Amino acid sequence: MLLLAIVLVPALGAVAAYLDQAPARRAAWLVGCAALHLALTAVAWRLAPAAGAMGWLAFDPLGGLVLGAVSIVFVAVACYAVGYLRREDPRGGRAFVSCLLAFLASASLVALTRHFGLLWVGMEATTLATAPLIYDPSDRHSLEAVWKYLMICSVGIALALLGTFFLATAHLTAVGPHGAPLMLPDLLARADALHPAWLRAAFVFLLIGFGTKMGLAPMHTWLPDAHGEAPSPISALLSGALLNVAFLAVLRGCQVVHAAGQDGFARPLLIGFGLLSMLVAAAFLLGQENYKRMLAYSSIEQMGILAVGVGLSGVATFGALLQMVGASLTKASLFLVAGNVLIVYGTKRTREVSGLLRAMPVSGALLVTGLFAISAAPPFALFPGELALLAGAVRGGRTWIAVVMILLQATVFMAMGAAVLGMALGPAPAGPRPAPIREDRWLVLPPLGLLLLVLLLGLGLPPALRGALAAAAATVGGGAP
Amino acid sequence: MTASAIGALALILVVAPLLPALAGRTVAFLTGRRGAPLLQPYRDLAKLLGKGAVYSRTTTGVFRLAPAVVLGAALVAAGLLPLDGRRGLAGFGGDMIAFAGLLALGRLLLALAGLDTGSSFEGMGASRELGFATFSEPALFLVLGALALATGESSLGGMLGAPLARAWARAPATLAMVGVSLGIVLLAEASRGPVDDPATHLELTMIHEVTILDHGGPDLGILLYGSALKFALFAALLAGTFLPRAAWPAPLAVAALLPALALVAILVGVIESAMARLRLVQVPHLLTGAAALAALGVVLRVR
Amino acid sequence: MDRFGDVVLLLVLMTNFAVLVTGRLSACIRIMTAQGVLLAMLPLASGARFGVHIAVLTAGTLAIKAGVLPRILRWAIREAPVRRELAPSIGPIGGVLLGLAAVGLAFGVATRLPHAAGLAVEGLVPVSLASLMMGFVVLTTRQKALSLVIGYLMLENGIYVFGLTLAGDIPLLVELGVLLDVFVGVFIMGLVVFQIQRELESQDSRRLTELRD
Repeated sequence: MLLLAIVLVPALGAVAAYLDQAPARRAAWLVGCAALHLALTAVAWRLAPAAGAMGWLAFDPLGGLVLGAVSIVFVAVACYAVGYLRREDPRGGRAFVSCLLAFLASASLVALTRHFGLLWVGMEATTLATAPLIYDPSDRHSLEAVWKYLMICSVGIALALLGTFFLATAHLTAVGPHGAPLMLPDLLARADALHPAWLRAAFVFLLIGFGTKMGLAPMHTWLPDAHGEAPSPISALLSGALLNVAFLAVLRGCQVVHAAGQDGFARPLLIGFGLLSMLVAAAFLLGQENYKRMLAYSSIEQMGILAVGVGLSGVATFGALLQMVGASLTKASLFLVAGNVLIVYGTKRTREVSGLLRAMPVSGALLVTGLFAISAAPPFALFPGELALLAGAVRGGRTWIAVVMILLQATVFMAMGAAVLGMALGPAPAGPRPAPIREDRWLVLPPLGLLLLVLLLGLGLPPALRGALAAAAATVGGGAP
Repeated sequence: MTASAIGALALILVVAPLLPALAGRTVAFLTGRRGAPLLQPYRDLAKLLGKGAVYSRTTTGVFRLAPAVVLGAALVAAGLLPLDGRRGLAGFGGDMIAFAGLLALGRLLLALAGLDTGSSFEGMGASRELGFATFSEPALFLVLGALALATGESSLGGMLGAPLARAWARAPATLAMVGVSLGIVLLAEASRGPVDDPATHLELTMIHEVTILDHGGPDLGILLYGSALKFALFAALLAGTFLPRAAWPAPLAVAALLPALALVAILVGVIESAMARLRLVQVPHLLTGAAALAALGVVLRVR
Repeated sequence: MDRFGDVVLLLVLMTNFAVLVTGRLSACIRIMTAQGVLLAMLPLASGARFGVHIAVLTAGTLAIKAGVLPRILRWAIREAPVRRELAPSIGPIGGVLLGLAAVGLAFGVATRLPHAAGLAVEGLVPVSLASLMMGFVVLTTRQKALSLVIGYLMLENGIYVFGLTLAGDIPLLVELGVLLDVFVGVFIMGLVVFQIQRELESQDSRRLTELRD
């Protein structure tokens, strides 16, 4: 019941918000549903219910991690949206809040479902729920972004559907019609009997399909456009929640492949896609002139790191999952801050922004702090994750991967650092309003809260979270440090 | 060499000129005219054969050779085809390639003769004739290949004989596709609409007619008969594909050829009156479609 | 080999070829309608016992793929000044040849895959793969936004073909979810196509190339 409620609360909220005539009350629906969702998620973490809704939904550490991150990011975005809606006309008009809540419902479905078919349905639903949020009728660029987002992601996800069907075939071919095909527990229980050829084909299609949604190179081309053109709260949601949900879908495939003992086939693929993504991101970050696109490429880099981490297995997987949680919160915070900058400066060009620390002290400080957090500097949560990842690479006898990763990340840090410091320092722009500007609490507190959380997690990992990370890593063949 | 094969060959040689006439008659009927009498082609042939030939001074021996080669190739090809549904007079393994090659030889000589006149009209006709052939010949080969794969036989006699009936029971869809493809090839090879317009005498729109514009007298008669025979051969091939008659008693199988050919001719007439002639650039599209159908048939059989 | 299923699959392939050779958008939409009807017949041919599941699936496929989707697409181009694919990078002949290559490749791959149990119709895997690749051909060679949506539909239909024959083994809820997702997806794509031609007055997706690095 509880699990069903986690999916249904935002879904019903979406309908209610759409039917509500008063625009002011829609924001209340948004924040209310987000808070309720977070509360329900917390309860689910506490109780860890085994299965619900006729076995369709279940709570497991892996899904729980993603669900928790999504829920926290969503609350922050919902609060931010309250302030944002006062200043900007929402895209999608009346459906803005409904689309946001529909996204939360579908992301929760992906995080909780045990059925690969439902997983696919939920993934495609996240695309469809977010597409209207990116689109702005008055802006041709947003039209281009939403078109690419829709087409590339839909095609990618369609390939994932084929992978899903292949998985069912692998089950039916080797195991016969015993147990429900595509049900995760049944697949895991009979994993070693699955037909290897079909399973491999299934994994390739799942990786390419959901990898498209996750922003892995070379299927990443939609991501900078969509994240760059979307309104800032939506960018934060896409980066902080949606990418991780897609990563979870890939991990579900890894789970089956790991249980079937086909790791030797899957891991090189993950490492290859991951390193390529990091390389592409680093290359496009050098000389990037648009700070929102810069953050978007940084997301691609993060996703590459996660893929490499899972591919390395062992401690590295633990590190990757910790990174996933940390990067999710940090990236959402950064995009929200970028939104604040965009509201005041009215430009996305990095060069035209300067003196942030003088003009908007809080946002400026958050931006600089966020830069260090996302670059896995201590004491933020990404640092232990990064350490575990590199340790895993070295311990696994693949030092060269660790070296390449460090080099690429150093490049990314330099590129982003130069841009962010250029924005933060220097004289404040001479404008009609005197610096510093009084910043809206609704717009500042959500990113601040997210960054504080990242800091706290970095200072000390709660035992419950550490246990969940270790358990989640174990399902895809990783181990705890 | 059997009596039924000889009988069927004799039958097709006699009725061949009827087919274009029947198709023309059908078009006339559907467009509300009466049309020429069915026996008109025979009268035309008799008239042409009684005339003397006039040769331009610019022509060479190729021009005079063409009618003989066209007719000879068609006659030999007729000998290869299992007209009685069993086996051809001179069938052998792989004779389907010889069949296609003989028809191509006739076309080559026709084109050369057209060029030999030195007239730009004939040259244009020859170019069109050969241009379309580059699309229709692959289609024909693919059709024959698909038939060979479907039946496991390499001779025309085999692939249109008893194995074909079994193949129809096994893979009707594939054979239907191949049959449709063959039908389109027939329209092109027999110079019928919507590829060519046999009724027109406007040089710019003609294909086959313009190539033989300079031939006269007995030469023209032989060429007309040769193209009618080609029509008949493709009609027989089509009839053989859709109607394997190997299990029928021999006289019936031979006799069934007559209504089958008539049906094909009438169908051609119906198509011709229902469709406008395609623009020249669209003809390759149609023939590529036919080739694709046949190729699909091949792909479906190769497994 | 299931005769009825094979014929339906062949016709599905034919409709794909038809899209490859035709440039007129309205004709493409009509062809996709026909393909939707064919897809609706497949659950009946899947060999699963006829029951509520198959009946709902057939009805749902018919309603969505042959009814609603074409209507959305037609709505999307109702104000379009140009209703032809003007500049495909390959002509109809090239399209057919690429399509044939796709079919050949699909059959080649399918024979190398281990025989799949639970597939009632033999030609299913190759036809599914071929449709997928032909969808990709359309996606990569056409420029009109609507043509791309049609390419996506071809690709999706190819995958759907595969899924339909697993009809007995995949819960109805999931199949309907897939249908619903495709419906909403095409609906939003239709909206975007409509906006694109309004905005650019040409519906040419090549002009959507201002975002780059």
